[in-house]
Amino acid sequence: MSIFEVRHLSKRFGDLEVLKDISMTIEPGEIVSIIGPSGSGKSTFLRCATLLETMEHGTMKYQGNVVCEERPGHGAVYAPGRTLKKMRAFFGLVFQNFNLFPHWTVLKNIIDAPISVQGRPKEEVLAAAKALLKRMGLESKADAYPCQLSGGQQQRVSIARALISKPQIIFFDEPTSALDPELTSEILKVIKDLAAAHMTMVIVTHEIEFARHVSDRVIFMADGVIVEQGPPEEVIGNPKHPRTQAFLRKLSHADN
Amino acid sequence: MKWSRLSLILIRGFNVIGLLVAGYLFTKLMISSIDWEWLSSILIQLLKGFGLTVAIFGFTLLFSMPLGMALCNVRMSRLKILSWPAKLYISIMRGTPLMLQILIIFFGPYYVFQFFNLDISLSDAYRFPAVIIAFSLNYAAYFAEIYRAGIESIPIGQYEAANVLGYSRLQTFFKIILPQVIKRTLPPVTNEIITLTKDTSLAYAVACAEMFTIAKQLAASQSSMAPFVAAAVFYYIFNFVVAYVMERCERKLNYYQ
Ligand SMILES: Nc1ncnc2c1ncn2[C@@H]1O[C@H](COP(=O)(O)OP(=O)(O)OP(=O)(O)O)[C@@H](O)[C@H]1O
Ligand SMILES: [Mg+2]
Repeated sequence: MSIFEVRHLSKRFGDLEVLKDISMTIEPGEIVSIIGPSGSGKSTFLRCATLLETMEHGTMKYQGNVVCEERPGHGAVYAPGRTLKKMRAFFGLVFQNFNLFPHWTVLKNIIDAPISVQGRPKEEVLAAAKALLKRMGLESKADAYPCQLSGGQQQRVSIARALISKPQIIFFDEPTSALDPELTSEILKVIKDLAAAHMTMVIVTHEIEFARHVSDRVIFMADGVIVEQGPPEEVIGNPKHPRTQAFLRKLSHADN
Repeated sequence: MKWSRLSLILIRGFNVIGLLVAGYLFTKLMISSIDWEWLSSILIQLLKGFGLTVAIFGFTLLFSMPLGMALCNVRMSRLKILSWPAKLYISIMRGTPLMLQILIIFFGPYYVFQFFNLDISLSDAYRFPAVIIAFSLNYAAYFAEIYRAGIESIPIGQYEAANVLGYSRLQTFFKIILPQVIKRTLPPVTNEIITLTKDTSLAYAVACAEMFTIAKQLAASQSSMAPFVAAAVFYYIFNFVVAYVMERCERKLNYYQ
Protein backbone atom coordinates (compact mmCIF):
# COMPACT_ATOMS: atom_id res chain seq x y z
CA MET A 1 0.00 0.00 0.00
CA SER A 2 1.29 3.45 -0.79
CA ILE A 3 2.45 5.47 2.20
CA PHE A 4 1.01 8.73 1.05
CA GLU A 5 -1.66 9.43 -1.48
CA VAL A 6 -3.33 12.65 -2.52
CA ARG A 7 -5.92 13.10 -5.26
CA HIS A 8 -7.11 16.29 -6.92
CA LEU A 9 -5.72 18.57 -4.23
CA SER A 10 -6.56 22.22 -4.73
CA LYS A 11 -5.74 25.06 -2.41
CA ARG A 12 -6.33 28.78 -2.62
CA PHE A 13 -5.36 31.84 -0.59
CA GLY A 14 -8.19 34.26 -1.21
CA ASP A 15 -8.32 34.77 -4.96
CA LEU A 16 -4.96 33.15 -5.56
CA GLU A 17 -5.22 29.51 -6.60
CA VAL A 18 -1.89 28.18 -5.33
CA LEU A 19 -2.36 24.45 -5.98
CA LYS A 20 -4.49 23.19 -8.85
CA ASP A 21 -5.58 19.59 -8.98
CA ILE A 22 -2.42 17.96 -7.65
CA SER A 23 -2.33 14.18 -7.44
CA MET A 24 0.56 12.14 -6.12
CA THR A 25 1.30 8.77 -4.54
CA ILE A 26 4.44 7.92 -2.62
CA GLU A 27 5.47 4.27 -2.26
CA PRO A 28 7.37 2.86 0.74
CA GLY A 29 11.08 3.64 0.53
CA GLU A 30 10.61 6.04 -2.34
CA ILE A 31 12.59 9.27 -2.44
CA VAL A 32 10.87 12.04 -4.32
CA SER A 33 12.33 15.49 -4.98
CA ILE A 34 10.11 18.43 -5.81
CA ILE A 35 11.73 21.24 -7.76
CA GLY A 36 10.26 24.34 -9.31
CA PRO A 37 10.42 28.13 -9.41
CA SER A 38 9.72 30.30 -6.38
CA GLY A 39 6.03 30.75 -5.68
CA SER A 40 5.03 27.60 -7.56
CA GLY A 41 3.37 26.16 -4.44
CA LYS A 42 5.96 23.62 -3.25
CA SER A 43 5.88 24.73 0.37
CA THR A 44 2.11 25.03 0.32
CA PHE A 45 1.92 21.45 -0.91
CA LEU A 46 4.09 20.21 1.98
CA ARG A 47 2.05 22.29 4.40
CA CYS A 48 -1.17 20.71 3.17
CA ALA A 49 0.38 17.25 3.44
CA THR A 50 1.53 17.93 7.03
CA LEU A 51 -1.80 19.47 8.09
CA LEU A 52 -0.42 22.98 8.58
CA GLU A 53 -2.86 24.14 5.91
CA THR A 54 -6.27 22.78 5.03
CA MET A 55 -7.04 22.15 1.38
CA GLU A 56 -10.28 23.20 -0.27
CA HIS A 57 -10.65 20.13 -2.45
CA GLY A 58 -9.14 16.71 -2.61
CA THR A 59 -8.64 13.41 -0.87
CA MET A 60 -5.57 12.59 1.19
CA LYS A 61 -4.55 9.33 2.84
CA TYR A 62 -1.62 8.06 4.89
CA GLN A 63 -1.22 4.28 4.46
CA GLY A 64 -4.85 4.09 3.47
CA ASN A 65 -6.02 6.10 6.50
CA VAL A 66 -8.18 8.94 5.35
CA VAL A 67 -7.04 12.43 6.39
CA CYS A 68 -9.60 14.16 4.26
CA GLU A 69 -11.99 13.12 1.58
CA GLU A 70 -13.61 15.01 -1.26
CA ARG A 71 -17.41 15.08 -0.93
CA PRO A 72 -19.50 16.57 -3.68
CA GLY A 73 -20.77 19.98 -2.59
CA HIS A 74 -18.61 20.06 0.54
CA GLY A 75 -15.06 20.00 -0.81
CA ALA A 76 -12.40 18.29 1.27
CA VAL A 77 -13.95 16.99 4.50
CA TYR A 78 -11.38 16.31 7.21
CA ALA A 79 -11.38 13.45 9.68
CA PRO A 80 -12.18 14.38 13.31
CA GLY A 81 -9.43 16.00 15.38
CA ARG A 82 -8.63 12.84 17.33
CA THR A 83 -7.97 10.89 14.15
CA LEU A 84 -5.83 13.71 12.77
CA LYS A 85 -3.82 13.78 15.98
CA LYS A 86 -2.99 10.10 15.57
CA MET A 87 -2.18 10.70 11.91
CA ARG A 88 0.56 13.18 12.83
CA ALA A 89 2.72 10.31 14.03
CA PHE A 90 2.81 9.08 10.41
CA PHE A 91 4.86 11.94 9.06
CA GLY A 92 7.64 14.34 10.00
CA LEU A 93 8.46 17.74 8.58
CA VAL A 94 11.87 19.36 8.49
CA PHE A 95 11.74 23.12 8.11
CA GLN A 96 14.02 25.41 6.16
CA ASN A 97 14.82 27.40 9.32
CA PHE A 98 14.85 24.42 11.74
CA ASN A 99 12.29 25.85 14.20
CA LEU A 100 13.94 24.24 17.20
CA PHE A 101 12.61 25.27 20.60
CA PRO A 102 15.26 27.70 21.86
CA HIS A 103 14.52 27.29 25.56
CA TRP A 104 15.18 23.55 25.54
CA THR A 105 18.42 21.64 25.26
CA VAL A 106 19.13 19.56 22.18
CA LEU A 107 18.14 16.40 24.07
CA LYS A 108 14.89 17.90 25.37
CA ASN A 109 14.03 19.14 21.89
CA ILE A 110 14.29 15.56 20.67
CA ILE A 111 12.68 13.61 23.52
CA ASP A 112 9.84 15.85 24.65
CA ALA A 113 7.27 15.15 21.94
CA PRO A 114 7.58 11.34 22.02
CA ILE A 115 7.20 11.40 25.81
CA SER A 116 4.50 14.03 26.27
CA VAL A 117 2.61 13.61 22.99
CA GLN A 118 3.01 9.95 22.11
CA GLY A 119 3.24 8.84 25.75
CA ARG A 120 6.22 6.56 25.16
CA PRO A 121 8.29 5.44 28.18
CA LYS A 122 11.09 7.84 29.02
CA GLU A 123 13.89 5.24 29.16
CA GLU A 124 13.06 3.92 25.71
CA VAL A 125 12.89 7.45 24.24
CA LEU A 126 16.17 8.45 25.90
CA ALA A 127 17.91 5.41 24.45
CA ALA A 128 16.50 6.18 21.01
CA ALA A 129 17.58 9.82 21.31
CA LYS A 130 21.13 8.82 22.27
CA ALA A 131 21.31 6.55 19.24
CA LEU A 132 19.98 9.30 16.96
CA LEU A 133 22.40 11.88 18.34
CA LYS A 134 25.22 9.48 17.65
CA ARG A 135 23.98 8.85 14.12
CA MET A 136 23.84 12.63 13.56
CA GLY A 137 27.32 13.14 15.03
CA LEU A 138 25.94 15.24 17.88
CA GLU A 139 26.72 13.05 20.91
CA SER A 140 28.62 15.87 22.61
CA LYS A 141 25.82 18.40 22.03
CA ALA A 142 23.00 16.75 23.99
CA ASP A 143 23.07 19.40 26.71
CA ALA A 144 23.74 22.37 24.44
CA TYR A 145 21.07 24.91 23.58
CA PRO A 146 20.14 25.49 19.93
CA CYS A 147 21.68 28.98 19.95
CA GLN A 148 25.05 27.39 20.73
CA LEU A 149 24.99 25.29 17.56
CA SER A 150 25.87 26.00 13.95
CA GLY A 151 23.05 26.05 11.40
CA GLY A 152 24.06 22.63 10.12
CA GLN A 153 24.03 21.19 13.63
CA GLN A 154 20.64 22.76 14.33
CA GLN A 155 19.25 21.22 11.18
CA ARG A 156 20.63 17.82 12.20
CA VAL A 157 18.88 18.19 15.57
CA SER A 158 15.63 19.02 13.83
CA ILE A 159 16.01 15.94 11.62
CA ALA A 160 16.62 13.85 14.75
CA ARG A 161 13.53 15.44 16.31
CA ALA A 162 11.49 14.35 13.29
CA LEU A 163 13.03 10.84 13.20
CA ILE A 164 12.46 9.93 16.84
CA SER A 165 8.70 9.74 16.33
CA LYS A 166 9.37 6.90 13.86
CA PRO A 167 7.48 8.52 11.00
CA GLN A 168 6.63 6.52 7.90
CA ILE A 169 7.54 9.47 5.71
CA ILE A 170 9.52 12.67 6.16
CA PHE A 171 8.94 15.87 4.26
CA PHE A 172 11.82 18.32 3.86
CA ASP A 173 11.15 21.93 2.87
CA GLU A 174 14.40 23.29 1.45
CA PRO A 175 16.44 21.84 4.33
CA THR A 176 19.66 23.50 3.21
CA SER A 177 18.47 26.90 1.99
CA ALA A 178 19.27 28.65 5.28
CA LEU A 179 22.77 27.18 5.39
CA ASP A 180 26.20 28.20 4.14
CA PRO A 181 27.48 26.04 1.27
CA GLU A 182 29.94 24.19 3.55
CA LEU A 183 27.11 23.26 5.90
CA THR A 184 24.80 22.28 3.06
CA SER A 185 26.87 19.19 2.26
CA GLU A 186 26.67 17.95 5.83
CA ILE A 187 22.86 17.96 5.71
CA LEU A 188 22.80 16.41 2.25
CA LYS A 189 24.98 13.62 3.63
CA VAL A 190 22.49 13.01 6.45
CA ILE A 191 19.67 12.76 3.91
CA LYS A 192 21.74 10.38 1.76
CA ASP A 193 22.29 8.18 4.83
CA LEU A 194 18.54 8.17 5.44
CA ALA A 195 18.01 7.23 1.81
CA ALA A 196 20.44 4.34 2.23
CA ALA A 197 18.35 3.22 5.22
CA HIS A 198 15.23 3.26 2.98
CA MET A 199 13.49 6.14 4.70
CA THR A 200 10.58 7.39 2.61
CA MET A 201 11.21 11.05 1.85
CA VAL A 202 9.76 13.96 -0.06
CA ILE A 203 12.31 16.71 -0.50
CA VAL A 204 11.64 20.20 -1.79
CA THR A 205 15.02 21.48 -2.88
CA HIS A 206 16.91 23.85 -5.13
CA GLU A 207 19.96 21.57 -5.05
CA ILE A 208 19.45 20.07 -8.49
CA GLU A 209 22.59 17.92 -8.46
CA PHE A 210 21.60 16.51 -5.10
CA ALA A 211 18.07 15.81 -6.33
CA ARG A 212 19.50 14.02 -9.35
CA HIS A 213 21.67 11.75 -7.18
CA VAL A 214 19.40 10.95 -4.30
CA SER A 215 15.91 10.72 -5.75
CA ASP A 216 13.99 7.90 -7.37
CA ARG A 217 11.59 10.40 -8.86
CA VAL A 218 11.71 14.11 -9.55
CA ILE A 219 8.61 16.28 -9.73
CA PHE A 220 8.76 19.63 -11.46
CA MET A 221 6.06 22.04 -10.26
CA ALA A 222 5.14 25.41 -11.72
CA ASP A 223 2.16 27.68 -11.03
CA GLY A 224 0.50 25.15 -8.77
CA VAL A 225 0.53 22.20 -11.15
CA ILE A 226 2.81 19.21 -11.66
CA VAL A 227 4.31 19.98 -15.05
CA GLU A 228 6.52 16.95 -15.40
CA GLN A 229 7.67 14.00 -13.32
CA GLY A 230 9.77 10.90 -13.69
CA PRO A 231 13.19 9.46 -12.96
CA PRO A 232 15.89 12.12 -12.45
CA GLU A 233 17.71 11.10 -15.67
CA GLU A 234 14.62 12.16 -17.58
CA VAL A 235 13.26 15.19 -15.69
CA ILE A 236 16.66 16.71 -14.92
CA GLY A 237 18.84 14.98 -17.52
CA ASN A 238 16.49 15.24 -20.47
CA PRO A 239 13.41 17.36 -19.67
CA LYS A 240 10.50 17.11 -22.12
CA HIS A 241 8.50 20.17 -21.12
CA PRO A 242 9.70 23.62 -22.24
CA ARG A 243 9.00 25.06 -18.74
CA THR A 244 11.23 22.45 -17.12
CA GLN A 245 13.91 23.15 -19.71
CA ALA A 246 13.68 26.90 -19.08
CA PHE A 247 13.81 26.42 -15.29
CA LEU A 248 16.86 24.14 -15.40
CA ARG A 249 18.62 26.42 -17.89
CA LYS A 250 18.08 29.40 -15.60
CA LEU A 251 19.38 27.47 -12.59
CA SER A 252 22.55 26.34 -14.33
CA HIS A 253 23.11 29.96 -15.42
CA ALA A 254 22.70 31.14 -11.84
CA ASP A 255 25.23 28.56 -10.70
CA ASN A 256 27.89 29.64 -13.16
CA MET B 1 44.85 74.78 26.22
CA LYS B 2 46.75 74.07 29.41
CA TRP B 3 45.20 77.02 31.16
CA SER B 4 41.71 76.02 30.29
CA ARG B 5 42.33 72.49 31.59
CA LEU B 6 43.85 73.82 34.78
CA SER B 7 40.93 76.15 35.38
CA LEU B 8 38.53 73.29 34.76
CA ILE B 9 40.29 71.18 37.37
CA LEU B 10 40.25 74.12 39.80
CA ILE B 11 36.55 74.72 39.26
CA ARG B 12 35.81 71.05 39.78
CA GLY B 13 38.00 71.02 42.87
CA PHE B 14 36.19 73.98 44.37
CA ASN B 15 32.88 72.35 43.60
CA VAL B 16 33.84 69.16 45.35
CA ILE B 17 35.25 70.99 48.36
CA GLY B 18 32.18 73.20 48.53
CA LEU B 19 29.87 70.19 48.44
CA LEU B 20 31.84 68.41 51.13
CA VAL B 21 31.77 71.43 53.41
CA ALA B 22 28.06 72.02 52.85
CA GLY B 23 27.34 68.35 53.38
CA TYR B 24 29.34 68.28 56.58
CA LEU B 25 27.60 71.36 58.00
CA PHE B 26 24.19 70.07 56.99
CA THR B 27 24.77 66.64 58.53
CA LYS B 28 26.12 68.17 61.74
CA LEU B 29 23.13 70.47 61.99
CA MET B 30 20.77 67.57 61.31
CA ILE B 31 22.34 65.19 63.80
CA SER B 32 22.53 67.76 66.57
CA SER B 33 18.92 68.74 66.01
CA ILE B 34 17.54 65.20 65.73
CA ASP B 35 15.32 63.95 68.47
CA TRP B 36 16.07 60.24 68.26
CA GLU B 37 13.08 59.09 70.25
CA TRP B 38 10.77 61.13 68.11
CA LEU B 39 12.38 59.79 64.95
CA SER B 40 12.14 56.16 66.02
CA SER B 41 8.43 56.56 66.80
CA ILE B 42 7.95 57.95 63.29
CA LEU B 43 9.94 55.10 61.77
CA ILE B 44 7.90 52.52 63.66
CA GLN B 45 4.63 54.00 62.44
CA LEU B 46 5.96 54.18 58.89
CA LEU B 47 7.10 50.57 59.08
CA LYS B 48 3.57 49.52 60.03
CA GLY B 49 2.34 51.33 56.93
CA PHE B 50 5.16 49.76 54.95
CA GLY B 51 3.71 46.35 55.74
CA LEU B 52 0.49 47.40 54.06
CA THR B 53 2.42 48.86 51.12
CA VAL B 54 4.12 45.52 50.59
CA ALA B 55 0.74 43.79 50.91
CA ILE B 56 -0.79 46.02 48.22
CA PHE B 57 2.25 45.34 46.06
CA GLY B 58 2.12 41.57 46.60
CA PHE B 59 -1.62 41.09 46.18
CA THR B 60 -1.70 43.31 43.11
CA LEU B 61 0.98 41.21 41.41
CA LEU B 62 -0.66 37.99 42.56
CA PHE B 63 -3.99 38.93 40.96
CA SER B 64 -3.04 41.19 38.07
CA MET B 65 -0.44 38.97 36.42
CA PRO B 66 -2.73 35.96 35.81
CA LEU B 67 -5.68 38.28 35.17
CA GLY B 68 -3.57 40.06 32.58
CA MET B 69 -2.82 36.73 30.90
CA ALA B 70 -6.52 35.89 30.74
CA LEU B 71 -7.30 39.38 29.43
CA CYS B 72 -4.54 39.04 26.86
CA ASN B 73 -6.05 35.79 25.60
CA VAL B 74 -9.47 37.41 25.24
CA ARG B 75 -7.88 40.45 23.59
CA MET B 76 -6.13 38.21 21.05
CA SER B 77 -9.25 36.20 20.31
CA ARG B 78 -10.24 36.00 16.68
CA LEU B 79 -13.86 36.61 17.69
CA LYS B 80 -14.58 40.33 17.52
CA ILE B 81 -17.28 40.07 20.22
CA LEU B 82 -14.55 38.99 22.63
CA SER B 83 -11.54 40.95 21.47
CA TRP B 84 -13.32 44.28 21.09
CA PRO B 85 -14.60 44.64 24.69
CA ALA B 86 -11.17 43.56 25.94
CA LYS B 87 -9.57 46.21 23.78
CA LEU B 88 -11.98 48.84 25.09
CA TYR B 89 -11.36 47.76 28.67
CA ILE B 90 -7.59 47.99 28.25
CA SER B 91 -7.88 51.37 26.59
CA ILE B 92 -10.03 52.76 29.44
CA MET B 93 -7.86 51.34 32.21
CA ARG B 94 -4.72 52.72 30.62
CA GLY B 95 -6.34 55.96 29.54
CA THR B 96 -7.68 57.15 32.90
CA PRO B 97 -5.80 57.91 36.14
CA LEU B 98 -5.36 55.02 38.54
CA MET B 99 -6.27 57.41 41.38
CA LEU B 100 -9.67 57.96 39.78
CA GLN B 101 -10.18 54.22 39.36
CA ILE B 102 -9.41 53.68 43.04
CA LEU B 103 -11.98 56.32 44.02
CA ILE B 104 -14.62 54.81 41.77
CA ILE B 105 -14.06 51.29 43.08
CA PHE B 106 -14.17 52.58 46.65
CA PHE B 107 -17.09 55.01 46.47
CA GLY B 108 -18.95 53.44 43.56
CA PRO B 109 -20.79 50.78 45.59
CA TYR B 110 -21.98 53.47 47.99
CA TYR B 111 -23.84 55.28 45.20
CA VAL B 112 -25.17 52.05 43.81
CA PHE B 113 -26.62 51.13 47.20
CA GLN B 114 -28.08 54.59 47.56
CA PHE B 115 -29.70 54.33 44.14
CA PHE B 116 -31.48 51.17 45.23
CA ASN B 117 -32.39 52.77 48.56
CA LEU B 118 -30.30 50.26 50.45
CA ASP B 119 -29.02 51.35 53.79
CA ILE B 120 -25.59 49.86 53.61
CA SER B 121 -22.68 51.99 54.70
CA LEU B 122 -19.12 51.42 53.63
CA SER B 123 -17.02 49.96 56.35
CA ASP B 124 -13.37 50.78 56.92
CA ALA B 125 -12.61 47.18 56.13
CA TYR B 126 -13.47 47.85 52.49
CA ARG B 127 -10.58 50.30 52.00
CA PHE B 128 -7.89 47.69 51.54
CA PRO B 129 -9.89 45.32 49.28
CA ALA B 130 -11.00 48.29 47.17
CA VAL B 131 -7.39 49.29 46.65
CA ILE B 132 -6.40 45.74 45.71
CA ILE B 133 -9.32 45.45 43.28
CA ALA B 134 -8.53 48.77 41.62
CA PHE B 135 -4.81 48.05 41.36
CA SER B 136 -5.36 44.53 40.03
CA LEU B 137 -7.85 45.66 37.41
CA ASN B 138 -5.56 48.48 36.32
CA TYR B 139 -2.31 46.54 36.24
CA ALA B 140 -3.96 43.60 34.47
CA ALA B 141 -4.56 45.94 31.53
CA TYR B 142 -0.88 46.86 31.34
CA PHE B 143 0.28 43.28 31.75
CA ALA B 144 -2.17 42.11 29.08
CA GLU B 145 -0.58 44.45 26.54
CA ILE B 146 2.93 43.43 27.55
CA TYR B 147 2.04 39.75 27.20
CA ARG B 148 0.40 40.41 23.86
CA ALA B 149 3.53 42.05 22.48
CA GLY B 150 5.52 39.10 23.84
CA ILE B 151 3.26 36.47 22.31
CA GLU B 152 3.18 38.24 18.96
CA SER B 153 6.96 38.36 18.91
CA ILE B 154 7.23 34.55 18.98
CA PRO B 155 7.95 33.33 15.44
CA ILE B 156 5.07 31.48 13.76
CA GLY B 157 7.50 28.62 13.08
CA GLN B 158 7.42 27.70 16.77
CA TYR B 159 3.68 27.04 16.53
CA GLU B 160 4.11 25.14 13.28
CA ALA B 161 6.87 22.91 14.64
CA ALA B 162 4.74 22.17 17.71
CA ASN B 163 1.72 21.45 15.52
CA VAL B 164 3.62 18.99 13.31
CA LEU B 165 5.01 17.23 16.39
CA GLY B 166 1.45 16.74 17.62
CA TYR B 167 1.39 19.02 20.66
CA SER B 168 -2.10 20.11 21.65
CA ARG B 169 -2.91 23.81 21.73
CA LEU B 170 -2.62 23.92 25.51
CA GLN B 171 0.66 22.04 25.49
CA THR B 172 2.00 24.35 22.81
CA PHE B 173 1.09 27.41 24.83
CA PHE B 174 2.31 26.27 28.21
CA LYS B 175 5.38 24.25 27.21
CA ILE B 176 6.68 26.14 24.22
CA ILE B 177 5.24 29.64 23.88
CA LEU B 178 4.81 30.81 27.49
CA PRO B 179 8.40 30.15 28.65
CA GLN B 180 9.70 32.18 25.73
CA VAL B 181 7.13 34.92 26.34
CA ILE B 182 8.21 35.15 29.98
CA LYS B 183 11.81 35.64 28.96
CA ARG B 184 10.96 38.26 26.36
CA THR B 185 8.55 40.19 28.57
CA LEU B 186 10.70 40.23 31.67
CA PRO B 187 12.24 43.68 31.01
CA PRO B 188 8.89 45.47 30.45
CA VAL B 189 7.30 43.50 33.33
CA THR B 190 10.17 44.66 35.56
CA ASN B 191 9.39 48.23 34.57
CA GLU B 192 5.74 47.75 35.53
CA ILE B 193 6.66 46.16 38.85
CA ILE B 194 9.00 49.00 39.73
CA THR B 195 6.29 51.51 38.85
CA LEU B 196 3.92 49.56 41.10
CA THR B 197 6.19 49.90 44.16
CA LYS B 198 5.69 53.65 43.90
CA ASP B 199 2.07 53.58 42.67
CA THR B 200 1.05 51.89 45.93
CA SER B 201 1.21 55.39 47.40
CA LEU B 202 -1.93 56.29 45.42
CA ALA B 203 -3.90 54.26 47.98
CA TYR B 204 -3.77 57.35 50.16
CA ALA B 205 -6.67 58.64 48.02
CA VAL B 206 -9.01 56.42 50.05
CA ALA B 207 -7.04 56.78 53.28
CA CYS B 208 -5.83 53.21 53.21
CA ALA B 209 -3.19 53.21 55.93
CA GLU B 210 -0.20 52.31 53.78
CA MET B 211 3.14 54.03 54.16
CA PHE B 212 2.47 57.16 52.14
CA THR B 213 -0.86 57.83 53.88
CA ILE B 214 0.89 57.54 57.23
CA ALA B 215 3.80 59.67 56.12
CA LYS B 216 1.38 62.38 55.04
CA GLN B 217 -0.54 62.25 58.33
CA LEU B 218 2.70 62.36 60.31
CA ALA B 219 4.08 65.22 58.26
CA ALA B 220 0.93 67.21 58.93
CA SER B 221 0.68 66.44 62.64
CA GLN B 222 4.38 66.92 63.34
CA SER B 223 4.88 69.81 60.88
CA SER B 224 8.01 68.08 59.66
CA MET B 225 9.46 66.86 56.39
CA ALA B 226 11.23 64.01 58.14
CA PRO B 227 8.42 61.45 57.66
CA PHE B 228 8.50 62.09 53.91
CA VAL B 229 12.27 61.74 53.78
CA ALA B 230 12.10 58.51 55.77
CA ALA B 231 9.30 57.19 53.54
CA ALA B 232 11.38 58.03 50.48
CA VAL B 233 14.26 56.01 51.89
CA PHE B 234 11.94 53.06 52.51
CA TYR B 235 10.53 53.26 48.99
CA TYR B 236 14.03 53.41 47.58
CA ILE B 237 15.23 50.38 49.54
CA PHE B 238 12.09 48.46 48.53
CA ASN B 239 12.70 49.30 44.89
CA PHE B 240 16.34 48.38 45.18
CA VAL B 241 15.43 44.91 46.44
CA VAL B 242 12.76 44.47 43.75
CA ALA B 243 15.15 45.56 41.00
CA TYR B 244 17.81 43.21 42.34
CA VAL B 245 15.45 40.24 42.38
CA MET B 246 14.23 40.98 38.85
CA GLU B 247 17.79 41.29 37.62
CA ARG B 248 18.57 37.88 39.08
CA CYS B 249 15.54 36.45 37.28
CA GLU B 250 16.64 37.97 33.99
CA ARG B 251 20.13 36.57 34.41
CA LYS B 252 18.68 33.18 35.21
CA LEU B 253 16.82 33.16 31.89
CA ASN B 254 19.90 34.23 29.97
CA TYR B 255 20.94 30.66 29.28
CA TYR B 256 19.55 30.82 25.74
CA GLN B 257 19.48 33.24 22.81
N1 LIG C 1 -0.42 32.18 4.04
C1 LIG C 1 -0.49 32.65 2.78
N2 LIG C 1 -1.39 33.60 2.47
C2 LIG C 1 -1.47 34.08 1.21
N3 LIG C 1 -0.70 33.68 0.18
C3 LIG C 1 0.22 32.73 0.44
C4 LIG C 1 0.38 32.18 1.74
N4 LIG C 1 1.37 31.25 1.70
C5 LIG C 1 1.82 31.24 0.42
N5 LIG C 1 1.13 32.12 -0.34
C6 LIG C 1 1.31 32.32 -1.80
O1 LIG C 1 1.20 31.09 -2.43
C7 LIG C 1 2.11 30.98 -3.49
C8 LIG C 1 2.93 29.73 -3.34
O2 LIG C 1 3.77 29.88 -2.21
P1 LIG C 1 4.77 28.73 -1.73
O3 LIG C 1 5.42 29.22 -0.51
O4 LIG C 1 4.04 27.45 -1.66
O5 LIG C 1 5.80 28.68 -2.93
P2 LIG C 1 7.16 27.86 -3.05
O6 LIG C 1 7.08 27.06 -4.27
O7 LIG C 1 7.44 27.14 -1.78
O8 LIG C 1 8.23 29.01 -3.26
P3 LIG C 1 9.73 29.11 -2.72
O9 LIG C 1 10.59 28.34 -3.65
O10 LIG C 1 10.02 30.58 -2.81
O11 LIG C 1 9.75 28.62 -1.31
C9 LIG C 1 2.92 32.25 -3.50
O12 LIG C 1 2.40 33.11 -4.49
C10 LIG C 1 2.69 32.83 -2.13
O13 LIG C 1 2.74 34.23 -2.18
MG1 LIG D 1 8.89 27.32 -0.21
